Amino acid sequence: MKREDFIIRFAGEGGQGMVTSADGLAQAASMAGFHVQTFSTFPSQILGGPTWTQTRISTSPVRSSGDAIDVLVCFNREAYDNHKSEVRDDGVIIYNTGDFELDSDGKSFGLPFEELAKSTGNARAENMVVIGAFAQLVNMPQEYLDEFVTKRFTRGRTGDDEIIRSNIEAMNLGRAEAKSSGFSLAEMADPVKPEYEQILIKGNEAVSAGAMAAGINFFVGYPISPATPILIAMERNLVGKNQFAYQASSEIEAINAIIGGSYTGKKAMTATSGPGLSLMSEAIGMAWMTEIPFVIVNVQRGGPATGLPTKTEQSDFQLALHPAHGDSALPVIAAGTVEECFYATVAAFNWAERYQGPVILLSEMMLAERAQNIPRPDLSKLKVENRDVYSGSEGYLRYEAKEISAMPLPGSPGSYIANASEHDPYGDTTHLPERHIHMMERRFSKLKLLEDGEYESQNTEASIAIMPWGGSKGPSEEAYELLLEHGQQMAWYYTMFLHPLPAKILEELLQKDLVIVPELNFQGQFSSYLRSLGIKAESITQYTGLPFSVGDLTQRIEERLGAGTKGMVNV
Amino acid sequence: MSKKNPEYDFKWCPGCGDFGVRRAIEMAMQQWMVKTEIPVEQNVVVAGIGCSGNTVHLLEGQQPYGFHGIHGRSLPLAMGVKMGNPDLNVLVVAGDGDFLSIGGEHIAPQAARNLDVCVVIMDNGVYGLTKGQSSPTTELGTITSSTPFGKIETPVHPLNLFMTLGVSFVASSFSSKVKEMADLILQGMEHPGFAIVHVNSPCTTYNDTYSILKGDPKNNIAPLVYDIPAEHDSADRDAAFALVQADGIPLGLVYKDPDSSSFEQRLAGTMTNVKARTTDDIFNALVI
Repeated sequence: MKREDFIIRFAGEGGQGMVTSADGLAQAASMAGFHVQTFSTFPSQILGGPTWTQTRISTSPVRSSGDAIDVLVCFNREAYDNHKSEVRDDGVIIYNTGDFELDSDGKSFGLPFEELAKSTGNARAENMVVIGAFAQLVNMPQEYLDEFVTKRFTRGRTGDDEIIRSNIEAMNLGRAEAKSSGFSLAEMADPVKPEYEQILIKGNEAVSAGAMAAGINFFVGYPISPATPILIAMERNLVGKNQFAYQASSEIEAINAIIGGSYTGKKAMTATSGPGLSLMSEAIGMAWMTEIPFVIVNVQRGGPATGLPTKTEQSDFQLALHPAHGDSALPVIAAGTVEECFYATVAAFNWAERYQGPVILLSEMMLAERAQNIPRPDLSKLKVENRDVYSGSEGYLRYEAKEISAMPLPGSPGSYIANASEHDPYGDTTHLPERHIHMMERRFSKLKLLEDGEYESQNTEASIAIMPWGGSKGPSEEAYELLLEHGQQMAWYYTMFLHPLPAKILEELLQKDLVIVPELNFQGQFSSYLRSLGIKAESITQYTGLPFSVGDLTQRIEERLGAGTKGMVNV
Repeated sequence: MSKKNPEYDFKWCPGCGDFGVRRAIEMAMQQWMVKTEIPVEQNVVVAGIGCSGNTVHLLEGQQPYGFHGIHGRSLPLAMGVKMGNPDLNVLVVAGDGDFLSIGGEHIAPQAARNLDVCVVIMDNGVYGLTKGQSSPTTELGTITSSTPFGKIETPVHPLNLFMTLGVSFVASSFSSKVKEMADLILQGMEHPGFAIVHVNSPCTTYNDTYSILKGDPKNNIAPLVYDIPAEHDSADRDAAFALVQADGIPLGLVYKDPDSSSFEQRLAGTMTNVKARTTDDIFNALVI
């Protein structure tokens, strides 16, 4: 029987080509019509350190990077020792004989990665040797790979032909070695190429593209893992008149600058990770106070403090909700897939412009670096919102209304003072109790404009629900399907719109006896928020720096269900 | 529109130097508007926190736009305003605590970029609004509420600091010299780059330095301030350094880089042959 799903892991030392291998295989397989998803994890250093990447290839859309490995490629001995236990019983290990030798363990064979690559005249083709060997093991036709190599290396330069030839030769050498090893895995099922146009994109790229689609024209950021690619993309994209993208001297500079830019009417964004968001705290409060719209992308990594800069975690939800001192509660949108990274960014801009204030968009390391095939977004169907701009001539008071009101822009009539101190209708400082009441209620009233977000639900009649958020969506979806197969009666809820929650999802969740929230943090930050809204929510947490594995998550949910609703944490 | 707002109750103390600075800003802005024929709403005054920051609320006559931001961050905020709409005339008002202490980290990057804004610093050598703590420009040994046994830090020399950081326009003034100050502020607005007009603006409540600055013949105190001699060449960087490193406080235009190229000009210069990317361009490169 043909297999519909394969997982290949590349493990070794940073700089040995693990990321190139995983991305290359994903690109080749997606061009052939498969669905793909990559995963990578590495230490915080330029070269070296234990690194591994993974590519999952399937005939149907991929939702998690997968648990058990079909093929493990070991670039060094340490990789073999650390990862061999995760290989399936019928899996195969390919190891680099240029680095180490192994006694036969019944599931491994060696390849001289470097030597074979060098023999083609292109020492950089090591990863092609490996991809060729994998393709042989799963009976993937060579024409898929030839097409990929030709496309990838046709760059309009002299020497393109030679590079293409040597890469294809390297794959064939890998194939030949794999064939003579005698190993093989089940044959891979034929791909079903989708009829719609697809792109292969990473989470950070999708955020940048979403910002562009939303009409961003002002970006200031500061380099920080894993958000830096957004800064780099913006600097490349936003050039020319009326566009500004710039690397500031700190996150404090960046946030104040985008507040200034938005004050003049720009659609503004910054992108950072946990430590940067902490530094932005005071200025975010100022933006809430002065009612200045923009988007802050927080690509979460392990924390606190410097934490785990290159590992994944969902531990900034509470900070995103309350990043500043005093009374404020920021709108928070979290992307759960690479595709959602695009649409969530557009939505975040729409929210910011609609309610005239800062919006936090949460992404995660695991989404940021993940390459995935997604349908090419149809830009003509996107709804893009812009703020209500004051266009009168004089005598306007920016903050007079009890609710949201049009925003004057410098250069046009309607002078006012954007004031971080509590202020009167013009923007002058005031200490009057009735004014603080007026302005506080005005600021919070605007959140009502954001309660119409979309959400997913299934089996809503069940009294127990599972509701992941952010990047735990994929593993939770797979776990949920297994649970249904195991006969569990459960509802499914999911939304990108975390604060404020869509009014209808809140209403439904309040009816449940138990809402289980899988999330990657110690404290159960999102379930704590749900409990504060009166929902009987409980977390299943993990804090390893890695995403949930589907098997492990399924087992933990079943254990929890076995315990019933006794002893659960209530409001 | 001009305003008299009964709800706004902030007042500077009688005799505060900031009254003179405010008047000079109003005069300079008026002259700027007459000269450039721009309407008042094309001007934005950006402030941080401190007695100085309240200038934005106390300006009389036609009202410009204002941004009264958080403590120490007026420069990055002003960068956003200026780069968001380069047609605006952006004026920053700051104090010695706001600009030189908590905001000190923001001066060097703006000097390096040559951001085209004009900064007016009201230096009173003390934290006034929080009632008399020492500031970066408080003299060594001074007893203040936060230095009960005397200040131990060497004071910052602002003009020397600005020259060292490469600020492209450095001027010095005194709050009593309103007309001369207005002229320096106007020149700072006209300068295509980062302009700082540093003003000694005494605090009559916590650090009354009028007699030290102006001198007091009755008590044998020689004046600290003096007018920069007419022969000083403000385009000469070495001469400017010599001036700020000598004794006393020179008043007037210390330095003006004649070849100043602003942040916007530099940015535009690097992008003459670069094409912007659209969302479609991004997707086209990623099509499978």
